[in-house]
Amino acid sequence: MNAKEIKQYFPILDQEVNGHPLVYLDNAATSQKPVQVIEALDKYYREYNSNVHRGVHTLGNRATDAYEGARDKVRKFINARAREEIVFTRGTTTSINTIAQSYGRANIEEGDEIVITYMEHHSNIIPWQQLAKEKGAVLKYLPLQDNGSVLLEDAREMITEKTKIVSIMMVSNVLGTINPIKDITKIAHENGAVMIVDGAQTAPHMKIDVQDLDCDFLAFSGHKMCAPTGIGVMYGKKELLENMEPVEFGGEMIDFVGLHESTWKELPWKFEGGTPIIAGAIGLGAAIDFLEEIGLDEIEEHEHRLAGYAMEQMSTIEGISIYGPLAGEKRAGLVTFNLSDVHPHDVATVLDAEGIAIRAGHHCAQPLMKRLNCSSTARASFYLYNTEEDVDKLVQALVKTKEYFSDVF
Amino acid sequence: MSFNNLDQLYRQVIMDHYKNPRNKGQIEEGTLTIDMNNPTCGDRIRLTMNVEDGKVSEAKFDGEGCSISMASASMMTQAIKGKEVDTALKLSNVFSEMMLGNDYPEDLDLGDIEALQGVSQFPARIKCATLAWKAMEKGLSEQKESN
Repeated sequence: MNAKEIKQYFPILDQEVNGHPLVYLDNAATSQKPVQVIEALDKYYREYNSNVHRGVHTLGNRATDAYEGARDKVRKFINARAREEIVFTRGTTTSINTIAQSYGRANIEEGDEIVITYMEHHSNIIPWQQLAKEKGAVLKYLPLQDNGSVLLEDAREMITEKTKIVSIMMVSNVLGTINPIKDITKIAHENGAVMIVDGAQTAPHMKIDVQDLDCDFLAFSGHKMCAPTGIGVMYGKKELLENMEPVEFGGEMIDFVGLHESTWKELPWKFEGGTPIIAGAIGLGAAIDFLEEIGLDEIEEHEHRLAGYAMEQMSTIEGISIYGPLAGEKRAGLVTFNLSDVHPHDVATVLDAEGIAIRAGHHCAQPLMKRLNCSSTARASFYLYNTEEDVDKLVQALVKTKEYFSDVF
Repeated sequence: MSFNNLDQLYRQVIMDHYKNPRNKGQIEEGTLTIDMNNPTCGDRIRLTMNVEDGKVSEAKFDGEGCSISMASASMMTQAIKGKEVDTALKLSNVFSEMMLGNDYPEDLDLGDIEALQGVSQFPARIKCATLAWKAMEKGLSEQKESN
């Protein structure tokens, strides 16, 4: 694939920031949107905006077809068995919270154990903290190795018959670690626990096959994969979703409403209370078409190469610390780092003056930051439109940053 | 914006406070202890102050954060030490106005603090600069109310 050509599909990238051509390296926070997605939204609002599942009229049918068509695209995208297993949500956070509120509340009892890791994003920590507190359950953290990995032997030891839920991110938004989800899922299942996968940093960057992983739930967001904000997915195995209660009640999700009792629609709609995120889903469908046309394997390969190049170039900077898997080890397309003597906020401000957007802070992973012994870090994260030239600019600007700060001191 | 504009943010005096913070540490028997953090970025500060006869007799800060937040904390403690509580609170208001890019009364001696003026041009960094001031304001207003 040719990243330079792909870049042309993203109008936002064609601009100057602070007098320099924009270099956008904050993709783990959110990705930019290609014209294909922007036009799909534009077309929906200009030509067939309408509520779904209720209209007899033509626009209503067109909107319903497009909304449900997006669900079919998602099903194929993650290779789910059935379209009923795809529930549209607001994003990863909502998906995980829904699983915790519905499956969690019904199945967790006092003394049960929930296993996560130190590297989780807050959205895969706090829902379990709250559930554990409410039920008197125990929340356990799989230990983290210095190279940013978790060991299967630790998983085998910690996941026991007491474990009811294992919830782990597939790719770390800070370390770039790719976790052995398939193996951990096996361990979870051997012990009778369900396996939940936070796929927020996976879905945009590599192929996910939920049947191959055999995970019970998968959560991901549209906005990190070229789709609009406010749309996400909760995948769940049909037999689990069928036995789960909705957490939001109201319009759209009901079958029959009486004065004192109501019944729910079938899957997946019983989890989609209220007017759904129609434009968002259509945008997600367009984003999936776009990514699949380029090819997820190609995207993964491109980012892997770019991250390797970035690791190689960045390690030449004196006084830099890079977190996560070492150069040469398998890692996702992001590099989290610190420059000695320059705080990450200051790094980000100086880079911004050069038109380069990176993230600085705790990356919504405070327990991980504590484990890494730092309060914050800087992160450059790549996507399909980033090039080696972007990495070169980043490295040059980091060298300048160091010089700038050693001058002012 | 070029690196020259950055010089408006990272003035020499700010870097000096960052590198050689004044009043760093904790008062062992501080009457006022305020912990504050910036949840979006992870900056943390613990401010300890003693108030005697309506005056801030001692002030120290501890914590971690970027150059702007730490330099601002250093300057703030320097500025309020020995000042009446009301004057310290007034300084805090003046500082807020300065961060918003507004005019502020010039009858107070701001000393080094004026070097932070450039921060108002960097919206993402204003919260860094105001962290220590918010802690001071919280501590002193609560102390005033309890008296």
